[in-house]
Amino acid sequence: MTHPLWQSIPFFCILLPLGSAAVTTVLPGRIAKWWAAIALTVVTALSTVLMVIFGVTGAESYAYSMGHYPAPWGNEIRAGQLEAIAAHFFSLIMLLSLLGGMRKIDEHVTKSKHGLYYAVLLLLTAALMAQIYTNDIFTAYVFLEIMTISGCALISARNRGLNIVAATRYMIMNLLGSGLFLLGIILLYDLTGHLLMPNIQEAVRALHASGEYALPLNVVVALISVGLCVKSALFPFHTWVPDAYGYSTPTSSAVLSSLVSKGYIFLLIKIIYRVIGMDVMADTHIFNVLFVFALVGMVMGSLSAIRQSDIRRMIAFSSVAQIGYIYAGIGLGTDAGMMAAVFHMLSHAVCKSMLFLAAGGLADASGNSKQFRDLRGSGFRSPIAGVAFTVGALSMVGFPFLGGFSSKVNLAMAAAGHGGMRALLVLVFLAVSTALNTLYFLRTVITLYRKPAEGAQYSPERGRRGFCFNGALVLFICVNIGLGLFAPSIADAILTGLAQFA
Amino acid sequence: MARMRKDYETSWWPRLRRWIDAGASPLDDALEKALDETREGHQVLSQEEAAEREERAEARQRLDRAREARMYARFREWRQQKGRRWANMLYRLLAVTVCLAIIWVLLETAAYLPPFGHADNPAHNEVSRRYIEDGMTETGAVNIVAGMILDYRAFDTLGESNVLFIAACAVIILLRLPDARDGSGHTAALLEAEADDRMYEPKNDAILQATARLLTPFILMFGLYVMFYGHISPGGGFSGGAIMGAGLILYLNAFGFKKAERFFTYTTFRVISVAALSFYAGSKAYSFFTGANGLHSFITPGTPGRIFSAGLIPYLNIAVGFVVCCTMYAFYTLFRKGDL
Repeated sequence: MTHPLWQSIPFFCILLPLGSAAVTTVLPGRIAKWWAAIALTVVTALSTVLMVIFGVTGAESYAYSMGHYPAPWGNEIRAGQLEAIAAHFFSLIMLLSLLGGMRKIDEHVTKSKHGLYYAVLLLLTAALMAQIYTNDIFTAYVFLEIMTISGCALISARNRGLNIVAATRYMIMNLLGSGLFLLGIILLYDLTGHLLMPNIQEAVRALHASGEYALPLNVVVALISVGLCVKSALFPFHTWVPDAYGYSTPTSSAVLSSLVSKGYIFLLIKIIYRVIGMDVMADTHIFNVLFVFALVGMVMGSLSAIRQSDIRRMIAFSSVAQIGYIYAGIGLGTDAGMMAAVFHMLSHAVCKSMLFLAAGGLADASGNSKQFRDLRGSGFRSPIAGVAFTVGALSMVGFPFLGGFSSKVNLAMAAAGHGGMRALLVLVFLAVSTALNTLYFLRTVITLYRKPAEGAQYSPERGRRGFCFNGALVLFICVNIGLGLFAPSIADAILTGLAQFA
Repeated sequence: MARMRKDYETSWWPRLRRWIDAGASPLDDALEKALDETREGHQVLSQEEAAEREERAEARQRLDRAREARMYARFREWRQQKGRRWANMLYRLLAVTVCLAIIWVLLETAAYLPPFGHADNPAHNEVSRRYIEDGMTETGAVNIVAGMILDYRAFDTLGESNVLFIAACAVIILLRLPDARDGSGHTAALLEAEADDRMYEPKNDAILQATARLLTPFILMFGLYVMFYGHISPGGGFSGGAIMGAGLILYLNAFGFKKAERFFTYTTFRVISVAALSFYAGSKAYSFFTGANGLHSFITPGTPGRIFSAGLIPYLNIAVGFVVCCTMYAFYTLFRKGDL
């Protein structure tokens, strides 16, 4: 079977960063940096082309075999509208996070380890792309392992005691998640005899219809969902988040919070649609569990964020609340809910990485302190970071014309469409959580633009972060506004993509 | 001028403002100004009066402090003894309950699974049948496991060898001591740790050295054999690499870092793993691309059973083997002395 050349884009998006990662380790630091940036730029450009092709021509999704053997025997990847959108946003965020945090990486990571750091970023990109495009559940597990370990490397790259503690916590929770997920797919293989997603789904449908192996099937669904929830830091499993996101170098925080956790959620959505199937999933009542934890997380994350005095930890706790929004969308168990979840995944990813980078710049302009009392007036000392933070905060709060507004509207509409008790619960918790969001984000913005404390001296040149940082933040602001302005069409595209999924 | 409430400081509005101001009191500036101005019009107290007032205030403060201390002591006592004991007990109880519940659920699940090794199991389907029946002719590998992991499902194995590589990267990032390029990186503590580790090197244990001198070549040879014959007999890159890594670690233990560094340094590690992974990624990219697009590929299975057969499999086995070997050795030395 021959493919037109554009259909090979997913293949290049996986193999290019994977191949260039190994080379990066032997390059000297400066060259490694630009090598990684160029590779990521190429991946971003290719993903954009794929998204445009899907968007303009309305092409059907297609399978692409990785090797000479057809699908159930060999490996296979699959690309559709949703995959293309996710790949585009993920690679773009990866590139911008790298560019925006370059200087901080120079500062935080020991010089002899720069090559390794960029290699880890590239491998993470490859793993994310593979996670997005894979059509085989074991391939998903292999690349999930790469994501897990690269997360640990990203946290511990900044050589401080705090980071070691954070990395240890991260590793314990994430390995627990990986273990549960692996157990789930082993049992699933035992029950169905397949690893290819459509084949598993066929077998699961048959099992569900005949009522055979009902208990193991329930356990499989629970293990897979809980495993991925632990890894993506849903509320009761979020204890590693503030340390991991709060203490690592800004690029690492941005990438971990907006890409790594989202990769797991994307995999979960893929499993819900393409492996287990919506109807079987709904019959196991796992959606109720996710829904409850999501709602509690929406409020608890915000409450914890209010109590922080460190800007990075506050943003990290806000992530916990936002992950709750995503799972609330999934927990509705409808297509509209899934669409809201995917849209929020994108808008949160775009926004959170910008917030982390901007917070890094603001802290830099305030004598390297992340405490609110030292950040007073930093919006004037580092103007672009201040504007970026404000835009991000407004998006998080749900200001119109920004991504966060549309995702809240989507979630509310999905809940209203669902009706019943759940609609009420979602709307109430959404309102409470939004109010709390407003409280702590606007407080931060006000702090940024207040008069600095008496007698505080800040060296002005530390506020100037160079072309890459400013450029990355400006692009981030544009992407956020673009996501808000084109929200309806993106939402439509996501719905089409989800329809192709099923 | 409006009068300020006495408890203004503790009422909700100034507290909110303080919170927004990140801890600094909004009254700070005003107070500073007030202190600067000379206070006129205030009645000057006589020394006795002032002393008396001070004494009274001090007595009140002492009383307050004593009460506070008593309260804290009681609370601390409760927390450290009863409270902590309760919390610990509750924690242990919950942990055990949750673990037992999970164990019970998983055991129950295992009881419902298809019986082990039964011919009608779902896992015995057309997928495994093709691997077993046509594996040798299609891939050219007599060892069908090698055919499966390096040809049918080579993409997974590419990911898996990168898992090893990234694990090595993570350990290097975490443990490797800063080198000369990092300038001030060599702190006294790090150098001391390094010297400490080398002080007992080499161990000069006669039995160990004699055995290692005898065994190491054979272990390495066996590892290479397992790797090179991975497509013909049981074995392959992962097992061969592990054997070779074990041989290197034995040599290192017997003869010390100085001798091992003659042939294996950080540079060796980097060159070998980069070459192996680049070869794997490059050759497999070619194979994936031709396979997906139905193009002609110059890689052919060859005659099964010969050493140069099975297309890319022997070369991939060698690449994977070297990655595994280097990773094992790197882990060992990094945990020992923080460098390769």
